[in-house]
Amino acid sequence: MSTRSRALRWAIPLAVVPVLALLAYGFRTDPRDIPSPLVGKPASPFALTAFDGKPVSLETLRGKIVIVNFWASWCVPACYDEAPSLERAWQAYRDRGVVLVGVNIQDKEEPARRFLTQFGHTFPNAPDPSGRVSVDYGVYGVPETFFIDRTGRVRFKQVGGVTDEIMKRQVEKLLAEPA
Amino acid sequence: MSRALVPTLLLIGALAAVGPLGAAPVSEETVHAIGAQLRCVVCQSLSVADASSETANQMRGIIRERLAAGDSPEQVKAYFVEKYGLWILLAPPRQGFNLLVWVVPFVALGAGLVLVLLLVRRWSRRSASASPGPAPDAAMRARIHREMAEREP
Repeated sequence: MSTRSRALRWAIPLAVVPVLALLAYGFRTDPRDIPSPLVGKPASPFALTAFDGKPVSLETLRGKIVIVNFWASWCVPACYDEAPSLERAWQAYRDRGVVLVGVNIQDKEEPARRFLTQFGHTFPNAPDPSGRVSVDYGVYGVPETFFIDRTGRVRFKQVGGVTDEIMKRQVEKLLAEPA
Repeated sequence: MSRALVPTLLLIGALAAVGPLGAAPVSEETVHAIGAQLRCVVCQSLSVADASSETANQMRGIIRERLAAGDSPEQVKAYFVEKYGLWILLAPPRQGFNLLVWVVPFVALGAGLVLVLLLVRRWSRRSASASPGPAPDAAMRARIHREMAEREP
């Protein structure tokens, strides 16, 4: 009995160890950091109508580097912070086979248009009223930006706002690949 | 001619009420059942079926649309998993690391039951021996001292 009770006395603190280890692992991971299963896979095609009435589709942009940015006018401050970097990247790379497409999700038309006017965005921007494109891209919050290479594969996903550095690094990397 | 016209019109009316030709009617129950297993992407801990956000609304629309196009509920779920990963499922699949979530509670419950059983047995034995008996004689006293020394190293 005494050896058994001694073993029991150790069993309780020892049982805590794996539980603590599991908790330590669990609390260290960020529940909002969800790896996208889409990186490395072909980007889903989409066909939308831009705010200016022109059609925007991935199909017609084949062979180009495409950056798809999901945004909303209510997304404060991240979408507002990244907006100037998007336009700057578009101006810097538009003559080098790079296209930027803005997809406005979970938004209303009027504030979305106001947002585009405020930042003077000149790249194509289209609303996604049914939310289908945002689900096709596994978007769970704004802003999110996808970098698609010339072969149509998603190569990088930026969760949260982009910066000039991120735009430059990702675009230059894809530009350096053989066309 | 006019005799044939009435049933024809009735048929057209019935078809129009059912929806486009060939599309199976989508039951809202199925939409709800699938939605209940999917996480509303902007609300984290709510299901698509329960959340009232615009996103959840749109996701229900997509579920409805896929079912109408002939997808099975499993195919609809697979579509969301393909886009969002397993994270989109509210119940983690019973495989790999996620298996822990399913197994650990039962293992812990079992271990707890065994522990309680052992302790209760020990306590009941102890209380039985604690019943008033003859006063300890010298030999008993010596044994008590010996056992207490053994217990407190």
